[in-house]
Amino acid sequence: MIPDTHPEHPDITDEMWSQIDKIIADNKAVPGSIIGVLRECQDVVGWLPVELIDYISDGLNLSRSEVFGIVSFYSLFSLTPKGRHLIKVCMGTACYVKGIKEVISRIDNQYRVKEGGTTEDRRFSLEAVRCLGACGLAPVVVVDQDTYGNVKADKVIESIEKYE
Amino acid sequence: MNKVRTHLMLCGGTGCQASASGLFQEALQKELERRELSDEIKIVETGCNGFCAVGPVMLVQPEGIFYQKLKPKDVPHLVEEHFLKGRPLEKLFYVEPASKETIPHMNEIPFFKDQMFWAMRNKGLIDPEVIDEYIARDGYFGVAKALQEMSPEQIIAEVKTSGLRGRGGAGFPTGLKWEFAGKSPDETKYVLCNADEGDPGAFMDRSILEADPHAVLEGMIIAAKAINAHQGYIYARTEYPLAIRRLQLAIKQAREYGLLGTDILGTGFDFDIDIYQGAGAFVCGEETALMRSIEGKRGMPRPRPPFPALKGLWEKPTILNNVETLANIAQIIINGGKWYASVGTESSKGTKVFALSGDVNNIGLVEIPMGTTLRTMIYDIGGGVPKKKKFKAVQLGGPSGGCVPEEHLDIPIDYEEIAKVGAIMGSGGAIVMDENTCMVDMARFFMDFVQDESCGKCTPCREGTRRLLQILEKICDGRGKKEDIETLRELSVTIKEAALCGLGQTGPNPVLSTLRYFEDEYKAHVFDKKCPAKRCIELLKFEVDPEMCTKCGLCFRSCPVEAITWQKKEVARIDLEKCIKCMTCFDKCKFDAIF
Repeated sequence: MIPDTHPEHPDITDEMWSQIDKIIADNKAVPGSIIGVLRECQDVVGWLPVELIDYISDGLNLSRSEVFGIVSFYSLFSLTPKGRHLIKVCMGTACYVKGIKEVISRIDNQYRVKEGGTTEDRRFSLEAVRCLGACGLAPVVVVDQDTYGNVKADKVIESIEKYE
Repeated sequence: MNKVRTHLMLCGGTGCQASASGLFQEALQKELERRELSDEIKIVETGCNGFCAVGPVMLVQPEGIFYQKLKPKDVPHLVEEHFLKGRPLEKLFYVEPASKETIPHMNEIPFFKDQMFWAMRNKGLIDPEVIDEYIARDGYFGVAKALQEMSPEQIIAEVKTSGLRGRGGAGFPTGLKWEFAGKSPDETKYVLCNADEGDPGAFMDRSILEADPHAVLEGMIIAAKAINAHQGYIYARTEYPLAIRRLQLAIKQAREYGLLGTDILGTGFDFDIDIYQGAGAFVCGEETALMRSIEGKRGMPRPRPPFPALKGLWEKPTILNNVETLANIAQIIINGGKWYASVGTESSKGTKVFALSGDVNNIGLVEIPMGTTLRTMIYDIGGGVPKKKKFKAVQLGGPSGGCVPEEHLDIPIDYEEIAKVGAIMGSGGAIVMDENTCMVDMARFFMDFVQDESCGKCTPCREGTRRLLQILEKICDGRGKKEDIETLRELSVTIKEAALCGLGQTGPNPVLSTLRYFEDEYKAHVFDKKCPAKRCIELLKFEVDPEMCTKCGLCFRSCPVEAITWQKKEVARIDLEKCIKCMTCFDKCKFDAIF
């Protein structure tokens, strides 16, 4: 059942909690809905704090270990906070052949952020994703919703710098 | 009704959208309105046209004029010249890279000329968000025929006659799969569509879903009738938001038209489809793992038998077909299995869609008859390797496949022929690599992918792929020992034999196939501590060869950290203290002077 009180977490506002409650209530009776619920909750909060995972488990009447197992299995789910802007670098074969490695090392040099990490000021998160399916534009970098194609190592910082 | 004299089929696929087709469309619409042409000239946003390399692209119908690389600033000139004065605008035509000739008509462009559109028959011709346009192209005619005139046995027989094999990669005969599931007496059965296209460098399924979502729904409805299922799921990759949105819309429209839901076309047959979004796990493309994932569990494969055709989703008989396979079904039902089997080779029938990318001029989606040679695909359709570089190999089948070198380019595209040279047909990824690609580094790249995506259930895959990766990393870093090459071989064979599912069983293929054709490169890394393609950073000295250097200063100007000193008429020098090994100078130097 859905617990009566919400656990406290600095990243989750009351309004977010009410959205989360609605997501859980809508999916309670649907078998196999857990992955969708986690996705929607992550969309609300930005990432999945352990307190939230436990809350969802209780709400859907699933064991906490099972739900944690699902969160850790799928790469979509994040157990750490994300930066204000998400830089996705495509690690598909086409992008790799066309030099995404150099692009990544340039970004790392500039902002001190490794694949899967977030800069200290939470400005950027750098994520290596599997093929984005835009191989015609390889190498591809996506910042938030904007796609940059034919990215060159010596130009990439210019494109990224405008995201504050 | 308005008389529309011209249709502008503007590609709205992911590739073109990333090249800002949206801004162009907005500007074009405004300009047409300003010129009071918007009643007679209509813009249609289509799905992926396939020629992603030159996007955004637009086809002017009925003339068949093809415009490429469109920018908002071209709009006024284009409208004025072509749509007011009737003079097509040459500067936006396709330019043949070799001859520099402009080609105005789409079907004369070499990229399109040798293709044969079956699975992608509607791409770029209809608005994928309007069901009526699909129906106008004989859409849902296959469903009508299958539901009203055919028995399940007849449908299965027709699909068997067609010789259609699973386009997801394994190539299992589709009709046979349906027959197994059809024979099961169970009341509840499921039809699944595998749209979890995870192979890096493959985007066939995404493009089909974006360009023609109804074709996939139609295939699923026919499959459902064949095995008597009433519920279907499409397992789609969450990384494909546009494809998912179009599918959702297509399902909604099909329901409104009575093509999904209860009593379809008044035949008393019920079937409905829901979309299930993946959460980023490559292994979920494996059938049993995919079913676990739909059940809301960790997507891990299980041993087979029992096969999913008998015990699949929620332990019920289930068939799982790939997007491209399903997109072919309606045509087979309408035209007959014999028609489909009339094209192709002895054991591989019909057409196959490939996502051609990497170091090739015409990057994009190509659909060709089985039996076409790889050379035709890469050189005639793909336009060859850019920048006058030499072709080295083409990787087929992504991380589960292998590379095919120059000497085997004349083999026909056929499941068995490709397997003979150590690659697989796979789902259709074809990545061309030029002489600057290091094959050891490629093997390392794929192994990094496989070990990362290994679900961890069986030991050979979990541990074995990790060991393979470690050895490959060692070799790339210049710490390789002479026994490493043999260990790679042995370990690869063991993993292939012992792993639980397709991921592990095919995972070592890139290692084996690069070893088969490019053992010299491995040896150069191990014994000479050299990377012949100059890709492995640890094996590079970052020095300038005074003999080769033309003193042009390009490297000096491109270095981001001012590590290069250069003056006119002097050989450049790299300060290793400052150098961050970003490789920019390697890319810039046209004379191979940095090593």
